Amino acid sequence: MDAPRLIINKERFLLTIDRLCHELIENYGNFEDTCLIGIQDRGAILSDFIMERLKKLNKKVVPRYGKLDITFYRDDYRHREKPLKASSTTMDFLVEGKRVILVDDVLYSGRTVHAAMTAIQDFGRADQIAFLCLVDRRFNRHFPIRSDYTGIVVDTVDQTYVKVEWEHIHGQSQILLLNDKSLTV
Amino acid sequence: MSQGSQLSTKHLLGIKYITREDIFTIFKAATDFKEVINRPIKKVPSLRDVTIVNLFFENSTRTRISFELAERRLTADVLNFTASSSSVSKGETLLDTVNNILAMKVDMVVMRHPAPGAHVFLANHIDANIINAGDGTHEHPTQALLDAFSMMEVIGNLEGKNILIVGDILHSRVALSNILCLKKLGANVTVCGPPTLIPKHIESLGVRVEYNILEALKWCDVANVLRIQLERQDIKYIPSLREYAMYYGVTRDLLDKVQKPIVIMHPGPINRGVEISSDAADSEHSIILDQVENGVAIRMAVLYLLAGKK
Repeated sequence: MDAPRLIINKERFLLTIDRLCHELIENYGNFEDTCLIGIQDRGAILSDFIMERLKKLNKKVVPRYGKLDITFYRDDYRHREKPLKASSTTMDFLVEGKRVILVDDVLYSGRTVHAAMTAIQDFGRADQIAFLCLVDRRFNRHFPIRSDYTGIVVDTVDQTYVKVEWEHIHGQSQILLLNDKSLTV
Repeated sequence: MSQGSQLSTKHLLGIKYITREDIFTIFKAATDFKEVINRPIKKVPSLRDVTIVNLFFENSTRTRISFELAERRLTADVLNFTASSSSVSKGETLLDTVNNILAMKVDMVVMRHPAPGAHVFLANHIDANIINAGDGTHEHPTQALLDAFSMMEVIGNLEGKNILIVGDILHSRVALSNILCLKKLGANVTVCGPPTLIPKHIESLGVRVEYNILEALKWCDVANVLRIQLERQDIKYIPSLREYAMYYGVTRDLLDKVQKPIVIMHPGPINRGVEISSDAADSEHSIILDQVENGVAIRMAVLYLLAGKK
């Protein structure tokens, strides 16, 4: 088994997230009628971090913030050996007429984002939905979905896995490329 | 609280057949679905490729509506079947009826049947997931789950808590499922009612029997009041409803005498003025309408989790 390969180290990791935050500030200004929604579970870890950084970088002017669980919207529920465990959805607002920024850590097949877009429609008709991800594995898409704000683009073969690690959870903020899926848990 | 992502069983035949971990798994999913049914659009597409038949061989209003609502909120295709308007009245057997329906590619069967054990018989003969919506005087597992879930919302963990079940214990499937569920969750259970309506040897289930309603209420944290099932009483078990109401009816006066807040529950339908007075049923400690809302969430959770079992 090959050792995990480091794609982004701690310094670049923080720079990348700050760059994404600046792009959001540039495009959304004072975040009027804008909401940032993290896709549970791993997207929500990233969105928590982005909200923290936005507060510091944009003098506490931040978008409305929610976390969305898409388990009940997945198209592979009955095709799995073991059902997925749902997480909680915390959305105390409607997205009717708002600009939505969906956040996930890795964009791979596009099925999660597809399910998230279906789920978000249950909270009203958004004016616009954009997508932000930290890692875009661009050659493995199942749907015509792309990210609007991208941390890093990674070209990988199907058998490899990308793992985003966080200092407060894993002890180090970094992005790794693995050859063994069990190591991603 | 320990919960997994799937159940240990393919069917919900009764509380007897599921584990404590299964109960917590259902409660976790029900909490998620309760959030869903309080959204502006109360529907998720989880079971869009699943067809469910509701087979009701006995009368039901709220359980059937609650199941149907849960099924539709999960986007399942729903077939409704009532015995009075079916070929059962023409002499068809249960197995033939169900096999005919399954030939139309139905994935899940929600059934209420007057014969205890009808669901176990069916589970041994057919492939679909089976959910017991009441089998005679035996079990009513989703009612017990929603009752325990509603209790936990108010008083938290049920470990060591005192739960009273008062009323017609002998004919009540809700009572048996409640006892089994509450015991699995570690609660202390007492049943109360006229001696003729308390089954013999019920202590073997680990419950206490109390014949004095005031003493029973003083002991408990939660009182689950059951109705007198007149339709199941082939002989006279009680002299009159009026006498039952005098000795075992839960009233505001009794609750005031207890001098502590008791959570009041009732699985419905309520016979106001018999097992419970209006001022007790509508009191600030009553969670009867919360039970109805939780019923949909619990049934969504059960359907969702069983649909994922191959």
